[in-house]
Amino acid sequence: MFDATTIRKDFPVLQRQVHGRPLVYLDSAATSQKPQAVLDAITRFYEERNANVHRGVHALAEEATEAYESARTRVARFVGADPRGVVFTRNATEAFNIVAYSWARTRLGPGDIVLSTQMEHHANIVPWQLVQPEAGFELRYVPVTPDGRLDIDGLERILATGRVKLFTCTAMSNVVGTINPVADLAGRVRAANRDCVVVVDGAQSVPHLPTDVLALGADFLCFSGHKMLGPTGIGALVGKPELLDAMPPFLGGGEMISNVTLEGTTFNEIPYKFEAGTPAIAEAVGLGAAVDYLDALGMDAVRAHEVALLEVALPALLAIDGVTVHGPRDPHERGAAVSFSVAGLHPHDIGTIMDREGVAVRAGHHCAKPLVRLLGSAATTRASFYVYNTVDEVAALVDAIEVTKRFFNG
Amino acid sequence: MSLDDLYQEIILDHYRSPRNRSADLDPHDVHVHHSNPLCGDELDVRLRVDRSDPTAPTVDALAFDGDGCAISMASASAMSEAVVGRKLSDAEDLTEAFRLMMHGEGVKREDDLLDGVAFQGIAKFPVRVKCALLGWMAFKDAVTTYAAGRDEHRVTND
Repeated sequence: MFDATTIRKDFPVLQRQVHGRPLVYLDSAATSQKPQAVLDAITRFYEERNANVHRGVHALAEEATEAYESARTRVARFVGADPRGVVFTRNATEAFNIVAYSWARTRLGPGDIVLSTQMEHHANIVPWQLVQPEAGFELRYVPVTPDGRLDIDGLERILATGRVKLFTCTAMSNVVGTINPVADLAGRVRAANRDCVVVVDGAQSVPHLPTDVLALGADFLCFSGHKMLGPTGIGALVGKPELLDAMPPFLGGGEMISNVTLEGTTFNEIPYKFEAGTPAIAEAVGLGAAVDYLDALGMDAVRAHEVALLEVALPALLAIDGVTVHGPRDPHERGAAVSFSVAGLHPHDIGTIMDREGVAVRAGHHCAKPLVRLLGSAATTRASFYVYNTVDEVAALVDAIEVTKRFFNG
Repeated sequence: MSLDDLYQEIILDHYRSPRNRSADLDPHDVHVHHSNPLCGDELDVRLRVDRSDPTAPTVDALAFDGDGCAISMASASAMSEAVVGRKLSDAEDLTEAFRLMMHGEGVKREDDLLDGVAFQGIAKFPVRVKCALLGWMAFKDAVTTYAAGRDEHRVTND
């Protein structure tokens, strides 16, 4: 039985107060809070097994390597991937950069199209822009409809060029919450070009939805640990092993080599080829513990809990005079990040007053400026829910919006 | 520091009942548009200059319009009241007094700043200082643009 009230007790920071009020943390789409099990796993690693990985012959080095590789295996299982295809990165952003620099930059050229969407986080826009001038490919974006969905006709028009060689999109929008039909989209792009590589931004979806990378039809899946109860500084690029194998390394240094002479270097096998230098070992161990925690809850139950919260939150927000909710209205078509606008009020003012009520929300462009601009605003306020949020906190959100309105409108 | 330092009654009053807020000023000599892409603030300032004394041009009228947080809009409103009727050079000096106050470097020309003094407490909220400065900096730019003999200037801050 999924009980958020019990789950909350596992999260030390949720026990604190802010400005004399109980913390209502509704900013998990920015970063999630961490359960005691994750904090303990990191501490225990340093207290009991700390050593560098893949090198030493002593007992601690073996245990540290085992802990690090065990985390990789569990993260791989969590998303249905081959562990050889799980590259630990700092975050989803670094994962995108590896694909941009090591795949797109070396494989694509003039005449080719990299197709992203107008719904993307900056992390799935800027890396392609960075390598575009050198590679010479064309960078285009699938349009977004006013209700915050990808425009399938617009997608098909671009696919009809037959030149799309890489398609990338988010599985779940961090602003409007839209769950994109990734498997269907991957099918469409491959129908237009059998060899098109599909890159999926899982930063929002992997923490909140059951994920199977093969079912998604993704060649590459990028996500961050810190949004899924894990620590910052660890994320993953999940790639098809044969694609990763054929790619040149991104960063050079220790760990990623098999032999180095002053004349040249041969590279280690995947995934180590993409993990130059000492990796974030304790953070990987922490992510492994986070995956265990989510597995124990069950991702189907996590999703059902969030749908239940949305079934309360969406009508409650829409019932407030002057509030507009962006993105799909059906809880089954969206994730638990809910952006809204309040007529006449600026998100920074809303965020400031709500903070004084103990309610932590995000105000701004959410690192997705092109999308927020399409919504007709420069910024929105976003409340995002996770495993530890309760229906009572939805009520606290609604109350805080009413307080904010009274404060400014007098 | 409390919320009352950030949103004083005087500030809320300027936010709810802005002075000199208008989409146009007819005629005007100079129009500047300032934006802050980080918070999405947009501000237009239109300035009409009285040149009846050629040695001392004066702020004849000013209109602002925009989209931004309560602090930025209220501060632009308070600025407009403080600068109208002043010689351009004097209004620039007043702008500098406001800027120094917002950076916690004391309050000069307290009486001349009028309701602008109410924004002093925002100096304790570093992330909101730029909101309070937006209108004043746009006004300063309008004067500079006018002095350079131009009638339009667009600036992107961050």
